[in-house]
Formats: sequence, structure tokens, C-alpha cells
Amino acid sequence: MNYLEFEKPLSEIEGKAEELRALARGNKEMDVEKEAAALDKKAETLLKDLYKDLTPWRKCQVARHPDRPHCKDYIEGLFTDYTPLAGDRNFADDHAIMGGLARFNDNPVVVIGQEKGHDTKTRIERNFGMARPEGYRKAIRLMDLAHRFRLPVITLVDTPGAYPGKGAEERGQAEAIARATQKCLELAVPMVTVVIGEGGSGGAVALATANRIAMLEHSVYSVISPEGCASILWKDAEKMREAAEALRLTAQDLHKLGVIDRIIKEPLGGAQRGRRETVEAVGKAIEMMLKELTGRKPDWLIKDRRNKFLDMGSKGLAA
Amino acid sequence: MNWISNYVRPKINSLFSRREVPENLWTKCPECGTMLFHRELAENLNVCSTCDHHMGISPRDRFAAMFDGGIFTEVEVPQPLADPLVFRDQKKYPERMKAARNATGEKEAMLVVEGEMARTPVVAAAQDFSFMAGSMGMYVGNAIIAAAERAVQRKCPLVLFAAAGGARMQEGILSLMQMPRTTVAVQMLREAGLPYICVLTHPTTGGVTASYAMLGDVQIAEPNALICFAGPRVIEQTIREKLPEGFQRAEYLLDHGMLDRVTHRKNMREELVTILRMLMNQPPAIKGDLPAPEIKPVIDLPPPATPEAVIPEKAAE
Repeated sequence: MNYLEFEKPLSEIEGKAEELRALARGNKEMDVEKEAAALDKKAETLLKDLYKDLTPWRKCQVARHPDRPHCKDYIEGLFTDYTPLAGDRNFADDHAIMGGLARFNDNPVVVIGQEKGHDTKTRIERNFGMARPEGYRKAIRLMDLAHRFRLPVITLVDTPGAYPGKGAEERGQAEAIARATQKCLELAVPMVTVVIGEGGSGGAVALATANRIAMLEHSVYSVISPEGCASILWKDAEKMREAAEALRLTAQDLHKLGVIDRIIKEPLGGAQRGRRETVEAVGKAIEMMLKELTGRKPDWLIKDRRNKFLDMGSKGLAA
Repeated sequence: MNWISNYVRPKINSLFSRREVPENLWTKCPECGTMLFHRELAENLNVCSTCDHHMGISPRDRFAAMFDGGIFTEVEVPQPLADPLVFRDQKKYPERMKAARNATGEKEAMLVVEGEMARTPVVAAAQDFSFMAGSMGMYVGNAIIAAAERAVQRKCPLVLFAAAGGARMQEGILSLMQMPRTTVAVQMLREAGLPYICVLTHPTTGGVTASYAMLGDVQIAEPNALICFAGPRVIEQTIREKLPEGFQRAEYLLDHGMLDRVTHRKNMREELVTILRMLMNQPPAIKGDLPAPEIKPVIDLPPPATPEAVIPEKAAE
């Protein structure tokens, strides 16, 4: 278990309980269970306390937690017959974006998402979930396939942002993102999105311009990272707590603003402490969102998606 | 202190201050350092006469030079919520807005107008980099949608001059949502079969480049304009190496297939007219400056605001 900075007190208690039990395993005569159980209880109360009212910055940390289920976990857990399709037919295959044909509840769909990787090797291979233009162009190709064969599109968003690199810029990062957003808006099939971790700016929008958008309880979605915002507006990247606060990037605030449609509850202590439950909850949410859209005519779907975005901005937040 | 500083200096000072030259008569070209006289510079559309460096130009000045007789009418833009997130960094968002309004005399970072260019009816929108770095918030989104709707209503093309540091952070996620919103505006034009020409000016970056600014039917840029998604500094920090000379500049993008053309500001009007009239299947235009149109082409126009004028109310508050 990887503990976050604010979970340090918890790690100490859980560590102690673990130590006691290890001791008892070595020495059969010792009876530590009572003490350890008391520690467990203390840890649980503390965990509840910590997660009861997470500050926006802590939510960012939870959203980026390395043990959180990633795109690949959801695809493996929720889809059958997953057949990855690769490449943008132009330049390369970008591993930061994965996707292909699959069945969701036995119905064929196209699933696309950003994958961050789970260890050093896969993280580098996936470029930490930061896609290059090839990734967005692959997504466009897959969405087009879905559109032509009348398959719903499901996207899973989890990216710090589009990759800011030399080659990415030369090959038209901005254009690729713009075209992907445009493609989302053209789809005559249902499209649903779940933000499962980080929704990083334009790199997220390119896959999240959907009919229905859900967010996990502790995921975030923002125009800029709190660190980036702090260094521009506060001229001090260390002011990320204040920036996270000001940006209103939590699922709860986005729901109030009418930017997302539903919040998916996470297990106590975040998705990383109950990976299976989280994957199942996301599956349920996708099912419900698709249900709202099945049987709708192509024109209705396009219009619904357009109006959703045109109407955004009519609701504000109180101080 | 001697008697000179006590006694004579005040007199000399008062003498000078009375004849002081207004500060803004001369502008120094940031590229080559030439001192340029304001009238000459304005006549040259804020382009340095020595090195051809394109400086910023206000939407009003640009439009005055583009439309026949310098005449255009503003298109109304629906006003969005003022401060939806109650955003506060070191300053409150409404305070930053007020400062920007006082400094520019404009109410927001985009101006939408309609008029005729060489007798070609056009709706045009221009982003104002001097207004909070031209940043795209809900107003800019509304402006682009209003421009597209007006163009569809009048069955005429839309020309958009982009210039922005990116999305407006003070509007958080709602500024990010302008990416899909403005893309819907571009779709409206496509469906109506109307041309959308995007002119990228210095600088066009971030979420603006990654939405409406890259979706033109024809993509033109002004010389040496910085056009990018991630800025050069961010990239240098990420890859930890120096970027090549001219990286992310208009000519570099042209070389990499990201633009159709790079066009000098003084040729822009003619080029836009030439392209638009071909795309609209109209006969070639009469070349050169034309006087203001005599009759208003469409009857349903809102009561014509005073030509070129429509002086913005200083700071709405």
C-alpha cells in the first residue's frame, strides 16, 4: 500500500498493527490480537475522518494515486472480447491511449481511454498517460469506426494532460485535440465518459465531449493543474493548495456547475483501497448512462451533446 | 545641499514638465529597436517599417483597416455570468476584469462585427491580446457562437483573428468547456456550407489553438506568430533541452504542414477577399480601398450603431 502524504498518521497506526501481528507470528505464546484489533479500529476511524472532507488538493493527490485502478483495469474488469486496435495510420501507435472493440454487457461497443501504467516500465511505455497527436488521431479513427458501425463509444479519462514535447508540437498536438473534440461532437451514436482519475485540460476534453459524463468521487477535472495555475497566478508553484481550492476542480463542484451528470461513490479511503468495488461501481454507472441513450435517433444524440455544452455556464457557485 | 539644487532646479523642472512630450508618440520596435512614430506605425497597421515585425493590433484598428470605408457594426454577444467560481488568487477575478476594462476600454477579450470587405459581406471576430492575454472564458465562447450564428443567419463567411494565452484560469472548468462549445460553433458553419477562415496572430496558444483556432477551412498566420499548444518554456522544462530557432513560429508550422499560408498583415485583407469570394462562388472583387457601402445590405440588421464608432462603455461597473 502506498500512503499519501496526508495519510502519514494512518500509515503509522497500520504499520504498528502489522508489526504486532508479525511479532505474534514469530512467537506463538504472545497474544496481540486484542491490541492489534484496537489499532485497526483506530485506523478505521482515522481513515473515515481523513476522507470525510477531503480538501481539493488532497483530492488531486488521491486522483493521482499510483494504486488507483487505471484504464486497463476497467477494460479487463468490465468488458469481454476486448480487441485492441492500434495506430493512427499516419505516424505511430501511441500507448498513452488504448482502445478498441469490446463487448459491454454482451453488446458491442468501442472503448477508448488514457492509461498511465502501474510500474516504472509500463509508465514509461504509456508516457504517464500523456498522449501525443498520434494518440488523439487513433481515438478519432476509433470513434469514426464506432460511428460507421453504429456502436456506442465509452471513454475513460485519466491524464495529467496532453504531452508537451517537441515532436508532439511539430506533429500538431493542438490540431489533433481540436479534431478529436470535433469528432466527439459529430458522433451519431451514444457516447459516455467516466473521469476515473485526472481530467487534465484539453487532453481530457478531446475524449470527454460526451452525451453523459460521470466522475469518480475523488477524481478531478480542470483547465490547468493546480501546480501550473499556482506558478502562473501566484508566481509560486508551491501555492498549489490555494490554486486547487480556487479552481473548483472536484467532482462535487463540477456537478454543481452542471458540467458533469453524476458522481460515482468510491469505497472508504478512495478507489485504491477497494479496486474491485470501484471497477464495479464504474460499470454500473456506464450501464445507467448508456440506458438513458439507447434507442435514441442519431440526430437526437448529436443535438443532445451539442446542447449539453452550449448550455454550460448558466449555473455558478456560491462563495 | 548648495543653492543650485535648492533654488534653480525647481524652476528648470517646472519648465520641462510644462512642455513634456506625450509619452506614446514613439514606439520602439521590440525586434530591431527602431523608434517608430505613432502615426506612421498606425498607418502601417502596427508593423515595423524596418524589420516587418508584426506588433499587436487592437480588434478595432484591425477592423477599421479591413472593412470598406472603415465601417463595421458590432454584433451583440450574450453576457455570461460574471464570476461563476468566485475565483480569487492574489486578486479577485472581478478586480482583474475591472483593471483590464479600464486599461483597454473594451468590455471583454473578443470583438465581433459585421460589414463588407471589398463588397463581400463578412462576419469577423478578433481576440484582443491586451485584454487579460486574450484568454478564452465564457464571454469569448459566447462571442464565437454569436459570430457563427450571425454568419449562418446572413449566409456569409466568418473570419476569425485568434490571439490568446489560452483558457481563462479564473473561470476554471467553465473556460475549458469553451473548447467543445466553440467547436459546436464551427460545426454550425460547416453545416450551413459557409467558409470559416482562421487567422492566427501572435501569440495563439493552449486551449484556443486546440479548438476553434485550428479548425478553419483555411488556416492563415501572420509572420513569426507563436502558435502552439504547450508553450516553449513548458516544453524546455519537460524535455530539458533547448528548442531550435524559430520553433513554433508561423513559418515553422507552415513547413510542418500545420498551416495553409503565412501572410503579411498589409496583404491580409486582399488575400481574405480573394479566398472568400472563390469559396462563396462570387466573381472577383474590385481591388483597392472602397468607400463605405451606400445601402445596408440586409434589412433585418439591428439599428446601425454609429459607424466604426460604437464606443465601448468604459468598465461596465
